[in-house]
Amino acid sequence: MANDGVDMGRRRFLTATTAVVGGAGIAMAAIPFIKSWQPSARAKTAGAPVEADISKLELGQMVMFEWRGQPIWIIRRTQAQLDALPSQDPRLKDPNSEVIDQQPAFAKNEHRSEKPELFVVVGICTHLGCAPKLHAELKPEPFDPDWKGGFFCPCHKSRFDMAGRVYDGVPAPTNLVVPPYYFMDDNHIMIGQMKGAA
Amino acid sequence: MANRLTQAVTGMQEWFNERAPSFLPVYRKHMTEYYAPKNFNIWYIFGVLSMVVLVNQIVTGIFLTMFFKPSAAEAFASVEYIMRDVEWGWLIRYMHSTGASAFFLVVYIHMFRGVMYGSYKKPRELVWLLGMLIYLVLMAEAFMGYVLPWGQMSFWGAKVIISLFGAVPYIGGALTEWIMGDYLPSDATLNRFFALHVIALPLVLLLLVVLHIFALHEVGSNNPDGVEIKKGPKGNRWSDKAPADGIPFHPYFTVKDIFYTGCFLMICAFIIFFEPTVGGLFLEHDNFIEANRLVTPAHIKPTWYYTPFYAMLRVIPNKLAGVLTMFSAIIVLFFLPWLDRGKVKSWRYRGVGFRVALFVLGICFVWLGKIGSGPGTDPVETIIGRFLTAAYFGFFIYLWVYTAFGFEKTKPVPERVTGHD
Repeated sequence: MANDGVDMGRRRFLTATTAVVGGAGIAMAAIPFIKSWQPSARAKTAGAPVEADISKLELGQMVMFEWRGQPIWIIRRTQAQLDALPSQDPRLKDPNSEVIDQQPAFAKNEHRSEKPELFVVVGICTHLGCAPKLHAELKPEPFDPDWKGGFFCPCHKSRFDMAGRVYDGVPAPTNLVVPPYYFMDDNHIMIGQMKGAA
Repeated sequence: MANRLTQAVTGMQEWFNERAPSFLPVYRKHMTEYYAPKNFNIWYIFGVLSMVVLVNQIVTGIFLTMFFKPSAAEAFASVEYIMRDVEWGWLIRYMHSTGASAFFLVVYIHMFRGVMYGSYKKPRELVWLLGMLIYLVLMAEAFMGYVLPWGQMSFWGAKVIISLFGAVPYIGGALTEWIMGDYLPSDATLNRFFALHVIALPLVLLLLVVLHIFALHEVGSNNPDGVEIKKGPKGNRWSDKAPADGIPFHPYFTVKDIFYTGCFLMICAFIIFFEPTVGGLFLEHDNFIEANRLVTPAHIKPTWYYTPFYAMLRVIPNKLAGVLTMFSAIIVLFFLPWLDRGKVKSWRYRGVGFRVALFVLGICFVWLGKIGSGPGTDPVETIIGRFLTAAYFGFFIYLWVYTAFGFEKTKPVPERVTGHD
């Protein structure tokens, strides 16, 4: 077929605009498919806040609740454990909880909790999502001769103190996450929601 | 009678050729008139073996989908149902699980062969790139397949691997939720991984395999001498234009491949019948426990074929740096054809420095694999792991320096392939 008398500029323009419009159409059509991977309405509902009853929690004990499929630990810390916290500051990556995503504003303190003795934390290692183990006693451990109580992750050896603050030189990048919560009364905590939030 | 039969067959051939005249030439081009170098050795069976395994995975996979339930509530029980109640279900499943490991084994050897004999070099860069894409898709395919039985290691392996994407700055958190369709690996995750594992990725894999072979047949196969037979003298028993050092793929190499396939299948059968978990290497012990999102297994580790990269992730104390290192270890392989500036292909005629370095690379890979499959609590091992990771990447830097600045002292390459007359 001869191309004599063909306006090449017009042809190129039409080809380019058709390609652009077609491309935009494909991009738009892709959105529903990409969005379909977002957590569904059912998954979002299942992620609703959880009420925790801690009336039976003794001093030094830990109790586990589940929120959004994550283990939430509540620990009633002993005075010895709390007193040891400041001594660990020089060995920690983020002793003052400067990384703001890791806890609600009310927990940005030495003990990382609303009430000093009650520690609420997501029991998932910030490295790769394993569950750290509680080694509550203040005694030398194989992984740390100066252990003052805390959490040790068996997967990749990350260590955290009794306020979930990460030690220097371990793979976990940040402190353990403190979830949003508030005290409904002395014995009940609402996990997954801040006070006053809907 | 025989005459009638011959007539009938010829008639059918003619009928077919009239209607699809381009089919027979395609068959000839890739089989009876594809001239492969006559000096192929045992290293050249692993491409065919990987196709044998691919067919095995597709056939056994189709049958497994007939009994498997892709939901978090039912998946684990349906796998046990396959193992205990479905007639011969245990065999079909063990063929599939053993096939997965066998796939990686033959692919790793196939890739190592490519490096030994310089099969990634010009003009075969595209063959190498398509092969690397196959390897990437295969890793995703195997990972998602491992999640499906919904055992402890399925769940926690998925959690760890998906959380790697959480290391992406800014969008990491949203990205992991998008991949999982929930706040943790759940029914939604399992269901979509099932769809990808049985439909999407196998289609991509098949397409890539076809392109890999087509690209290879355009340029022709390399050989243990790294001699281009197409540039050598012409004329063999079958054609005046064909390379003198080439013989038809079919029947000469198909016969050889069938023999080795028989040997390979015997080894696979031994594993399937006597030791299908291979001591926790092919199927990890923790995966015989149903997924429990509140209890972490003591040692989370991927199956053996990922452990070299997993070791790199673990020995690096920074999460983002670890993730980047791990992915770079795979990406760097894509650049091999351009990092290696040496003109000589086969290690038979390459410098001692290349052969030693390749040997060291092999040791690094295997040793890292061992570290990655261990508990990872030994600090000495962590130091060794860092050293090995550095050596792994060092190979590629060294290879470039060694070849680009003329440090390599090569031996003369023969004019024609050796060893066979």
